[in-house]
Amino acid sequence: MLADKDRIFTNLYGYQSWQLDAARARGDWDNTKDILDKGADWIINEMKASGLRGRGGAGFPTGLKWSFMPKESDGRPQYLVVNADEGEPGTCKDREIMRHDPHKLIEGCLVAGFAMGAEAAYIYIRGEFVHEADVLDGAIEEAYAAGLIGKNACGSGYKFDVYVHRGAGAYICGEETALIESLEGKKGQPRLKPPFPANVGLYGCPTTVNNVESIAVAPCILRRGGAWFAGLGRDNNTGTKLFCISGHVNNPCNVEEEMGIPLKELIDKHAGGVRGGWDNLLAVIPGGSSVHMLPKDICDTVLMDFDSLRAEGSGLGTAAVIVMDKSTDIVRAIARLSAFYHHESCGQCTPCREGTGWMSRVMQRMVTGEAELAEIDMLLDVTQKVEGHTICALGDAAAWPIQGLFRHFRPEVERRIMDYKKSRTAA
Amino acid sequence: MNISARNAENFAFTPENITWAEGQLAKYPASRRQSAVMPLLTRAQEQNNGWLSVPVMEYIADMLDMSYIRVQEVASFYTMYNLKPVGRHVIEVCTTTPCWLRGSDDIVAACKAELGVDFGQTTPDGEFTLLEVECAGACVNAPVIAYRKEYYEDLDSDSTRKFIRAIKSGSIPVPGPQTTDRHKSAPAGGPTSLKEFCTMPGGKA
Repeated sequence: MLADKDRIFTNLYGYQSWQLDAARARGDWDNTKDILDKGADWIINEMKASGLRGRGGAGFPTGLKWSFMPKESDGRPQYLVVNADEGEPGTCKDREIMRHDPHKLIEGCLVAGFAMGAEAAYIYIRGEFVHEADVLDGAIEEAYAAGLIGKNACGSGYKFDVYVHRGAGAYICGEETALIESLEGKKGQPRLKPPFPANVGLYGCPTTVNNVESIAVAPCILRRGGAWFAGLGRDNNTGTKLFCISGHVNNPCNVEEEMGIPLKELIDKHAGGVRGGWDNLLAVIPGGSSVHMLPKDICDTVLMDFDSLRAEGSGLGTAAVIVMDKSTDIVRAIARLSAFYHHESCGQCTPCREGTGWMSRVMQRMVTGEAELAEIDMLLDVTQKVEGHTICALGDAAAWPIQGLFRHFRPEVERRIMDYKKSRTAA
Repeated sequence: MNISARNAENFAFTPENITWAEGQLAKYPASRRQSAVMPLLTRAQEQNNGWLSVPVMEYIADMLDMSYIRVQEVASFYTMYNLKPVGRHVIEVCTTTPCWLRGSDDIVAACKAELGVDFGQTTPDGEFTLLEVECAGACVNAPVIAYRKEYYEDLDSDSTRKFIRAIKSGSIPVPGPQTTDRHKSAPAGGPTSLKEFCTMPGGKA
């Protein structure tokens, strides 16, 4: 188990105040000027050395992403945009950072923004997080008043602003280009890439979009050194990670753990075990709703990191662990996710707009068994027609849970279809 | 009610909201006033009893030099903007899978029984609107209801009824976990980590 001394989010549960004094006592804003004085190249190299991979789901190396920003400005301003549009079902970690440790995020904005030559950071927070946005606003106000950000951030001579922008209830705005569109005051519909945001992003200017957690861990990594972070976890899957353990466990919770912790240990140690004991486990969705579920036999041994879960055909995603015990109607659980993606499709690309609705309607019939056996393959075929054929990954995200269901629980759906047929003949 | 319904002939921000709106506009480059459309719509909705009528959207369009249709596009795209009148209290129940696994069906049933309305409906006295929402992002505290600015978490049928009755009686229930004494998103029974104050190097323990 991760030692308390190696934890980054020491106020994860909000036992202490979020305000500046308390944050400073926890080590935030401790001589940040020192970090900035070492220069942008040093910061980016240290982030690369840490092995940090983006915490928003895709797992792209953070230091490398920062290095894509133009070194010399061509006259256009550059921006850091923080993706706080947390909404992947199962995920609730960024909320804790923003309401309990907002200064980690703001300090992270400064060091990240400085490293990539950004003049401002926009934190795009989902509209439902009203309380969290208020806390963030309060913390930003404190940081300005203390001279930590603003005209002469931390006395470094660097001018840096941090703004909060509230969304209004659209999951798709968690996609980076949709988020940028939304920040520009439009419908949140993703843009085609290329051009990538690092060249043409917010207002047509070079922009980097990072997840809250990726930014919030940066100051700690820079203080302790990339090597410290890289020493935790496994090769290519380094550091600590916030895990959200929800569903059928005795004590659902958020917890910071070392990357690569066995799934079983994570659930047993922190969430009080699976309801009814480990043998009562049916399946786990290990990384937020869009990744493939894992049946129990894989859960017995799998490690919680990017490469281990990928090797099992799933993914770490946002590290949102959704646990389902044997009482779960697994078909309905996935059908509800299909309804979610249908609701959240932005409607721009035809395969997703039409496909998510079609898949959701068929999934509803699979729940009751009111379907033909041949429709299973038809449904899987449609998931593949959606997957990879849309501008953004929402189409993929809608396809994968269904594919995961049939990969592991096809006989269950077939049984329902047969039972339904039997009940109709009997009647 | 039709989207083009006009409930008010005129809409204008209160002086306080105008000052607030200027603060919002200062966040964005001077040539990018449109960026403020979402925060301004949100504030306008609050001022306009919880929904956006056509005059409200026209007012925001004028303020930001946007064409009306661009404002309406935004207002109709995002689910938090209400394009028809809502009750004084809007109860939003999350039913996405993590909440459903923890019993959101019971929460929905309790709300419907207590209020006598279905999802998307408002009570005849105009007091309550019941809405189904997609993942609220508080899954380790499921099931969850969003009300006003806060989340009400770890609900069950009884606590949901109690919660609604409290609002009916004019009080604002205390947000956070409703059925357990757990602290926010720490595990029930006390944390498994961070049991003592700990700090990063540079902190003052």
